[in-house]
Amino acid sequence: METLIAILIGTLFAGGIYCMLRRSIMKVVIGLMLLSQAANLLVFTSGGLTAQGPVFLSSAETGSTLAQADPLPQALVLTAIVIGFGVIIFSLSLLLKAHQAVGSDDINAFNKTDQVS
Amino acid sequence: MWLVAVVIVPLVAALGAGFIGRIPRSARPGVLFLPAFLAWIGLLVCGISAFQGNLPTAFSLAWFPQLEVNLDFNLTGLGWLLGLLITGIGSLILLYAGGYMGGAKQEARLYAYLYLFMFAMLGLAFSDNLILTFVFWELTSVVSYLLISFKHEYAEARRNALQGLLITGLGGMALMAGFILLASATGTWRISELALLGDQVVQHPHYIGILTLVLLGAFTKSAQFPFHVWLPNAMSAPTPVSAYLHSATMVKAGVFLLALFTPILGQTPAWTWTLSLVGGITFLHGCILGLLHQDLKKILAGTTIAVLGMLVFLLGLGTDKAFHAAILLLLAHAFYKASLFMMAGNVDQATGTRDLRRLQGLRRLMPWTALTAGLAAFSKMGLPPFWGFIGKEYAYKAGLDTAVPIWGTGTLLLGSLLLFAIAVKVAIIPFWTKPAATSAESKVSEVKLTMRWPPLTLAMLGLLTGLAPSFLQFPVDKAVATITNAPFEASIYLWQGFNLPLLLSGLTVLGGLAFFGLTRSPLLNRLAFKPLADSIYDICLKGVLDTAKHTTKTLQSGYLRNYLLIILASTFVLVFYKLYRFGGWPSLDWSGAGQPLILGVLLLMVIAIWSATTAHSRLVALISLGSLGYGVALIFAFFGAPDLAITQILVETLTVVLFAWVIAKLPDYHPLSSQRSRWIDAGISLTAGAMLTVLVLKAQIIELGPRISELMVDWSLPQAFGANVVNVILVDFRALDTFGEVIVIAIAALGVWALLTRPYQPKPKPASNPNPSKKES
Repeated sequence: METLIAILIGTLFAGGIYCMLRRSIMKVVIGLMLLSQAANLLVFTSGGLTAQGPVFLSSAETGSTLAQADPLPQALVLTAIVIGFGVIIFSLSLLLKAHQAVGSDDINAFNKTDQVS
Repeated sequence: MWLVAVVIVPLVAALGAGFIGRIPRSARPGVLFLPAFLAWIGLLVCGISAFQGNLPTAFSLAWFPQLEVNLDFNLTGLGWLLGLLITGIGSLILLYAGGYMGGAKQEARLYAYLYLFMFAMLGLAFSDNLILTFVFWELTSVVSYLLISFKHEYAEARRNALQGLLITGLGGMALMAGFILLASATGTWRISELALLGDQVVQHPHYIGILTLVLLGAFTKSAQFPFHVWLPNAMSAPTPVSAYLHSATMVKAGVFLLALFTPILGQTPAWTWTLSLVGGITFLHGCILGLLHQDLKKILAGTTIAVLGMLVFLLGLGTDKAFHAAILLLLAHAFYKASLFMMAGNVDQATGTRDLRRLQGLRRLMPWTALTAGLAAFSKMGLPPFWGFIGKEYAYKAGLDTAVPIWGTGTLLLGSLLLFAIAVKVAIIPFWTKPAATSAESKVSEVKLTMRWPPLTLAMLGLLTGLAPSFLQFPVDKAVATITNAPFEASIYLWQGFNLPLLLSGLTVLGGLAFFGLTRSPLLNRLAFKPLADSIYDICLKGVLDTAKHTTKTLQSGYLRNYLLIILASTFVLVFYKLYRFGGWPSLDWSGAGQPLILGVLLLMVIAIWSATTAHSRLVALISLGSLGYGVALIFAFFGAPDLAITQILVETLTVVLFAWVIAKLPDYHPLSSQRSRWIDAGISLTAGAMLTVLVLKAQIIELGPRISELMVDWSLPQAFGANVVNVILVDFRALDTFGEVIVIAIAALGVWALLTRPYQPKPKPASNPNPSKKES
């Protein structure tokens, strides 16, 4: 199972990099989204993939004896998903504003914006 | 405790100097003089008492005891002598500075720096910890920078200050490295303990490294060849600063360090040869610089370099006699050089020039300054009965008493007669020649009292101590004892009978006069002179700056693509190297291929990636991204993470909605990059993807200790009362993380709000731009 997911992660990463190398600002944001999906899956996989049930405990059991999914990567990924959402939304707004300011959607037109005089 | 009190006094005075403006102008010199003078009295009285055993000589306060870095202070004879010079000359300098600045703007800044320097220098003199020594050492460099650049509105002053800081600062770095090596070789950071180790350091395999680094530090600070270049340039500081830092005290720090480290590192062939060679070259080179310059202060700076070289040379000789002579000369130089500098300041202020070719016949106009100059110059020439004579006699004695007396004495003789010639040039010619008839200097009048007395006091000291040398025997003996690391006692005589040194002194006078005659040739006086070493410094500095500029331009090209490629390339190299080193290959697990549901989802996702990446329509890209996100949610759901799946679906839906809104406001895709660069990028990104796949697969082999997760599962119910472990981790075990995450989202929301709610207004273009700016509401 891990092999298939690993290939999926690699494909996501490749697509993300390809998009980030494009000159259209839109594509750059798409690349960012693909990369963040790849990163989330990478962390998720690192805990080992099991199709067993989620980590819900009932009072009778003690947790460590059960064969369950690893909860720690899940918690980390949960945080990462939400942060990733913040990043994407902020970049989208920034992109919109930057497009208005520079008047182009070509990222190569953006490299003179911080020059003095 | 008393030792620290003495060190603290100048620091308090430095902080208080800011309020000098509240004091009537006429009282300022006196008020400035007082703290330094009190420190001098305290140091003198308590020091004598401590050497008689009535007061403790050491003081220690824990700072970082785990690192053995403590505020250790220890009274050595050498440190005491240096401390007396620092506070004694310092008090006179501050009195003089009070008159010299005389209410000029920002004078308080100068006084504060001078006192801060006094604090740093006293700390250096009494520090017993290598780290503490380094801290004070660097502090003197920094204050020197601030003082050289005091007239910061001049580009030259800033340039010279930077030069001094770079050279002494780099030397300081070397010194620090040397100290660390030394401490790791011996296991102690305390100088007093190091001095008791005998030849343990000398025998250590790291000895040459330690020696080189420590010498680099000392040589840069004490302006030894070829690092001397910063000292003549440091003369762009106000004259009280030159008199204090760059003749009497700071540049002696390197000599002080060498003397202090003689028992630890000294008496080896490497030490002896390096010190005597570098010192000898510096001695003669400094004299030549003094002869070539025509600026009064630069000439004096040249002779300072020369005397520093002479001191290093004597320390290198390594005999008790040489140490004795070095201390005597150090005292002589402190007396006459500081007063000569103040004399130069007087001449500068009275006439408005320091160019020797324009200074004539000042004797009648400035009688007090002329007297000062004469007295100081006699001491510098080494004429009896001045203290300078004693120093020179003992130096000749030490030179004659070495293994190669011809070289030792020859160097000393040649240097001394050059110094004699320079002394005549600097202190006699401007005053005792006939005044030029048409010169504008006829309006010159003598300087005020506070500028007259400090240099005269010092010059008189050179005479009085020469007449009664036994007064200084106690501190001199104590200082020499520090260097030899054994009790030392030697009477100092002015008159030692007819002997070889006396004959050499006679030769010095004759040779000096002859040399002076040679240097009067008009050719030499017209020479526009920039030292070679200065040009080399400029070239080196320019090289560093150009390299930095070039590197920055290459790396910071301003194209996102280039940044990405650099990051990717370095990641490739590092990760592949690590993967190669790690070895092994995981067993491929294709189990999912048999489950049609998963396989279908994965295939759909790959298609979605393809279409999101290559779509020509933005809408298609958006739909692909959305389905991709839901696919990820399905994977989460399938592998036991329902919380993730729920969050992912929520977030993905929101993202798609917002994305659709943004897309409507942006222009449609249009091809920007060429077909060729697309193929190249495809190759790069596929390589990157392959790398990540291999990385993920290899990561399966690593067995990370699963203990954290297990503990969290164990604790979840009994301690946090929650059945859903993922949620418990988020809101309980790692609650602070989650709190930080909430703040990040809040800040992002604020940013989005700020970006989107205000209509965009273009900045008004500069007037020089010919295009009229478009106005928007």
